[in-house]
Amino acid sequence: MLANLHPYFTAGLGGILIGLASWLLWWGLGRIAGVSGIASEVIASPVQADSWRWAFLAGLILGGCLLGQGLEIPTLPERPLYLLIPAGLLVGFGTVWGSGCTSGHGVCGLGRLSARSLVAVGVFMATGMLAVTLMRGAA
Amino acid sequence: MSAAPHPASQLGLAFSAGLLFSAGLVLSGMTQPLKVLGFLDITAIRKGPFPGLWDPTLAFVMGGALCVTLLSFAWTHRISQAPLFANQYHQPNQRQIDLPLIGGAVLFGAGWGLVGYCPGPALASALLSTDALIFTAAMLAGMLICKTFLSKRAKIAD
Repeated sequence: MLANLHPYFTAGLGGILIGLASWLLWWGLGRIAGVSGIASEVIASPVQADSWRWAFLAGLILGGCLLGQGLEIPTLPERPLYLLIPAGLLVGFGTVWGSGCTSGHGVCGLGRLSARSLVAVGVFMATGMLAVTLMRGAA
Repeated sequence: MSAAPHPASQLGLAFSAGLLFSAGLVLSGMTQPLKVLGFLDITAIRKGPFPGLWDPTLAFVMGGALCVTLLSFAWTHRISQAPLFANQYHQPNQRQIDLPLIGGAVLFGAGWGLVGYCPGPALASALLSTDALIFTAAMLAGMLICKTFLSKRAKIAD
């Protein structure tokens, strides 16, 4: 069913769900749905972390697993470790240092009209585009 | 940590928000690194049609999400003094545009562009794809390294 819809339509609809989920966490718990913030708190102090963080991550991981299977996501062939590991380290270090990622700065921060988030989003989109361009050149 | 007023409701709400978030990620295509890289690859704008055409899909994801958050975040504060199941809104209070903000965004963007995963989609795909699992493990390590580095710097500053 979903396969018949235009990708721009499912993208917009998915975006709306992401926005609703972020708003739900804000209105319900007064918390920003920043995935990097939530994950880094949990990994840094798994026992002391507030349990809502664990619950959010459990929903995210389990939901992704169940729904992703149903949709048969086409994925890239497995990428080499020398790309995956440095990329993961950069994303982990960068999101903690910069206080947010696509969800915290992008979806929530821009929604809250935060100037810091606007700057962060502009910068990470630009370096993301630059990295892709350089990778293209190297390939 | 203050005592949670509604522990069970808090957990249920956070779990539901996580589920809904992952549904949005999967439906929108954010869990497909190829789509993400296709969006970030702006040099493809200049290239001819298929293949190599720039894929604007992700702009619709951010657009859809912002339609909701721009309206709802402003509206929530008008109608409620406190969240439904907690004592207060935890409003981020940093205002400065400083080196950590910029430097962190530079590093994050670079890692994002290398393989096409950001934290949400990586976690949502971690049980489905080996790539996402390896990436997620490295990402969590990077987070721990940064937390350690920041707390050491804070101690020196004290």
